[in-house]
Amino acid sequence: MKTRYSFGGDEHIFVECDEEMSLEAFFKGMSITNALREAKIKGVTEICPANASFQVRFDPDVIAPDDMMRELKALEAAAQSAPSTLDTRIIEVPVLYNDPWTHETLMRFRERHQDPTSTDIEYTARINNLDGVDGFVKAHSGAPWFVSMVGFVAGLPFLYQMVDRARQIQSPKYLRPRTDTPRLTVGHGGCFACIYSVRGAGGYQMFGITPMPIYDPAQTTPYLQDFMCLFKPGDIVKWKPIDRAEYDHTVAEVDAGRWMPRIAPVRFSLAEFQKDIDGTNARVMEALNGH
Amino acid sequence: MAINVLKPGLSTTVQDLGRPGYYHIGIPQSGGMDSLSLAAANLLVGNPAGAAVLEAVFMGPELEFTADAVVAVTGADMPPKVDGAEQAGWTSFGVKKGQVLSFGFLKSGARAYIAVSGGIDVPVVLGSRSTYTLGALGGHEGRKLMAGDVLPVGTGSGTAGRTVPETLRRKPGAPAELRMLPGLYWHRITEAAGAQFFDDTWKVAPEADRIGYRFKAGTPLEFVPRDQPFGAGSDPSNIVDACYPYGSVQVPGGTEPIVLHRDAVSGGGYFMVGTVVSADMDLIGQLQPHTPTRFVKVTMEQALAARKDRAAVLAAIESSLS
Repeated sequence: MKTRYSFGGDEHIFVECDEEMSLEAFFKGMSITNALREAKIKGVTEICPANASFQVRFDPDVIAPDDMMRELKALEAAAQSAPSTLDTRIIEVPVLYNDPWTHETLMRFRERHQDPTSTDIEYTARINNLDGVDGFVKAHSGAPWFVSMVGFVAGLPFLYQMVDRARQIQSPKYLRPRTDTPRLTVGHGGCFACIYSVRGAGGYQMFGITPMPIYDPAQTTPYLQDFMCLFKPGDIVKWKPIDRAEYDHTVAEVDAGRWMPRIAPVRFSLAEFQKDIDGTNARVMEALNGH
Repeated sequence: MAINVLKPGLSTTVQDLGRPGYYHIGIPQSGGMDSLSLAAANLLVGNPAGAAVLEAVFMGPELEFTADAVVAVTGADMPPKVDGAEQAGWTSFGVKKGQVLSFGFLKSGARAYIAVSGGIDVPVVLGSRSTYTLGALGGHEGRKLMAGDVLPVGTGSGTAGRTVPETLRRKPGAPAELRMLPGLYWHRITEAAGAQFFDDTWKVAPEADRIGYRFKAGTPLEFVPRDQPFGAGSDPSNIVDACYPYGSVQVPGGTEPIVLHRDAVSGGGYFMVGTVVSADMDLIGQLQPHTPTRFVKVTMEQALAARKDRAAVLAAIESSLS
């Protein structure tokens, strides 16, 4: 895993922790960005962690680009020894898989898809050797996912499946991006899942929809009153398959301002995960049940 | 004091100098695309440089004033009119209670900045009044203006008849030149493709907005062959989704470069060949579709010198008006 540094114009430094995605690359980025936040270097204006990379914005009138670069490289060396343990939270996200709204949308953009004759779930199940829609839902919701980046648009989480690489669901993006995606669509591109926080363009495969708002600029949603975006990098997500009746009920409860997501604190250790993936996942998901 | 929006124009939004600090969760800074013109408009009417103004694209709005005010219009050459009487651009003028501010046809540039003494007084959201339409955040109800909107205006005291000297009105040349620092994933394209990229004259594509400007009519880029890394996607222009710097130049499929601007998507899975320097971001906001444009390769030293030059222009405008 070789770190690569590059200036992004006169105001950014872009740091690629690794060319390929892994939890190790994400944790490396997180240790350095945490250390950078604590270092409180004058002139640093934004610190943006991403999947296997991160970006720092700085004011070159306050700190010279070469000095900023030197500070970052020194932090990388110091962050190597940081423990890969994270005190975070697990959030349960209800999903209506194969829902009518993403289905209507994916049919509308069928000519932009690799396989116009099947749906996005059927296609992804097939190329990942999963047993149809049911097999797909089981694989998708069976293990937790790590929020490895928040962005693209406001509050949109990218999620990385916490299973060994051989079992990770992978799918290409649409051949040409759609001009429309329903709000709160659960999507997938490359090895990443995402939740579209707002309606708009998109290129990820569409698998379902959640009734749970994750971005609310008006901040009327009770659990988004402290801040308008729900997700932070480092959060862990457990998908919960729901049926149409539960979806409709949840939407009604959300609209009435009564619904709250299930969220529990949890400690995640990368070393423990590397030793025992399924055991670690079981323990992490148990936290939702109050254990 | 308020402004009644009689006609909204094509896409008119409330903007100030933006809301940095939330890019890590996907909320871009927003703010005027041509921030130098925005600051100049404010200084002309006696506002702080970062007060909220209206940014009008290609076509001006029609605005009725409910009280006397001092107004200035900078940026694109789109002549302002008060009850039909044409006013000079880059110059402050008075508008009386009940009068209507409208605009003639666009002659050059793309975005006009309309400053009103006292500033547009919409609520501050996350430290800024700027509109981020994709996230329905800030500005007037998180969206572009519509007929019937009523915009609150703060109290100010401007003076009519002040003007920014012609030499301090920064405009893109012909062809437009955008200075770019190569980097980020520059190594993904061949040396010949990199040289060709700077040799080509590109044209602004119709898909050009506050998120980003797309350019077409150049030579497709040739990639250095590689096995795509895990998680990146199969196209040679794909990377593991990463952050996008403001001004970064991504080239999906290697065909049409997109320069991300103030409402940038904060990240994604396309490789980038470099970043337009901070000093030239303002110029992009004044490019119309089909404008011939060249990318000019610069070093960090040249980028910092350009940044100083831009700051000097703003300082000169400030001192010419004080």
